[in-house]
Amino acid sequence: MKPAPFDYAAPRTLEEAVALLAEHGDEAKVIAGGQSLVPLLAFRLAAPGLLVDLNRVPELAGLRLEGDTLVAGAITRHRDVESLPGLTERCAMLADGVSVIGHVAIRNRGTVGGSVAHADPAAEWPSLLLALDGEVEARGPAGTRTIAAADLFETYFTTTLRPDEILTQVRLRLPNGRVGSAYLELARRHGDFAIAGAGALLRLDGGGRIDDARVVLIGVADRAVRSNAAEGVLRGAEPGPEAFAEAAEAIDGEIDPVSDLHGSAEYRRIVATVLVRRALARALERVRREA
Amino acid sequence: MGGEREITLRVNGRELSGVAEPRMTLADFLRDVLGLTGTHLGCEHGVCGACTILLDGRSVRSCLMFAVQAEGHELVTVEGLEGPDGTLSPAQEAFSANHALQCGFCTPGFLMAVTEYLAEGAPDVDDEEALRARLSGNICRCTGYQNIVKAVRAAAADVRGGAA
Repeated sequence: MKPAPFDYAAPRTLEEAVALLAEHGDEAKVIAGGQSLVPLLAFRLAAPGLLVDLNRVPELAGLRLEGDTLVAGAITRHRDVESLPGLTERCAMLADGVSVIGHVAIRNRGTVGGSVAHADPAAEWPSLLLALDGEVEARGPAGTRTIAAADLFETYFTTTLRPDEILTQVRLRLPNGRVGSAYLELARRHGDFAIAGAGALLRLDGGGRIDDARVVLIGVADRAVRSNAAEGVLRGAEPGPEAFAEAAEAIDGEIDPVSDLHGSAEYRRIVATVLVRRALARALERVRREA
Repeated sequence: MGGEREITLRVNGRELSGVAEPRMTLADFLRDVLGLTGTHLGCEHGVCGACTILLDGRSVRSCLMFAVQAEGHELVTVEGLEGPDGTLSPAQEAFSANHALQCGFCTPGFLMAVTEYLAEGAPDVDDEEALRARLSGNICRCTGYQNIVKAVRAAAADVRGGAA
């Protein structure tokens, strides 16, 4: 339960951090909040030669709203996002989703960028990025590039970030208009990784029909899933139990859950379907409450 | 690789230094190098909450940080909760008065989490579900949660009463 020996560097600038990664290649591993990495080190599932600590790089800090875009430096703590005044009113899915990440002490330390780069298929942030037209900025020796959420997550714990790149910033677009959203999870104990989770967002037009919808899922595939099929069912539909049930059934072809000791694949499918239905219902309640 | 280095930080208002390899967790550093054994280690991978401390005023798992990362930071451990004259903090007093500990192993972690919660003004303390969710990051294997919840309510009333 003690990590294998490693070297440690705490760069003060992004440039320095990128240079360290370039120099040490596969031997180096980036640490931000460490809430996923430190357990991996403790179990010796990871044994890097060098840890590059990003916590003292000021360029990676900072959380702000620029118009409708939430801009989070990579080392923004989950708790900082959760504590944004008025977040539930502005985007309930984001507020709900962040508030179910681990526990307070985990959210105080864990970072937005770290969770996105770690790409755990049961983690909340990747799905929030997919739902809210998210993108990330990455910096490597060749410069800075922007990666859309849809092009970021490949499979279990794997993103399209290159080994010599550092995720520097996460951006989300918060929706406007007659919008309601929600994020629900089922976990054995509060704060545990979800057996399955679902986020839903609805926007209604002047006539009360759905003109935009987002449905995302976690814990039911090798990465977070945005369900085009469910969204397709919802767009243009009359919001209500019928459309929600049909949308929830539509996720079936887009998920591929596995069985483990917390639940069978079949059980996860059922849970995911129920969560989508409930998240849509809660989203609708919230649209109507705002009206 | 991983040579030892000197680490200086503030713990419970005092500047302390010690030497550690980069791989030494903050929890081990507090206990084995600084001799502050009030911080307990249960699972050593961030699940049980026994090692919770305050880092710059916020609760964190000290087993999920390395001591080198705490260089220059301000920490509070359970040893720092009582007043200079030995007066128990509101959380400690309430845990004692309400029998919120049995074996006591999880207590330091709970006290640190509850101290943070009280400092935030104990939001939603009357909402049983919200309060239990708030405390869910700390595990008590004696399962004495009833009295822990009772103690937190008492401490919140005490702190709020004192502020009024």
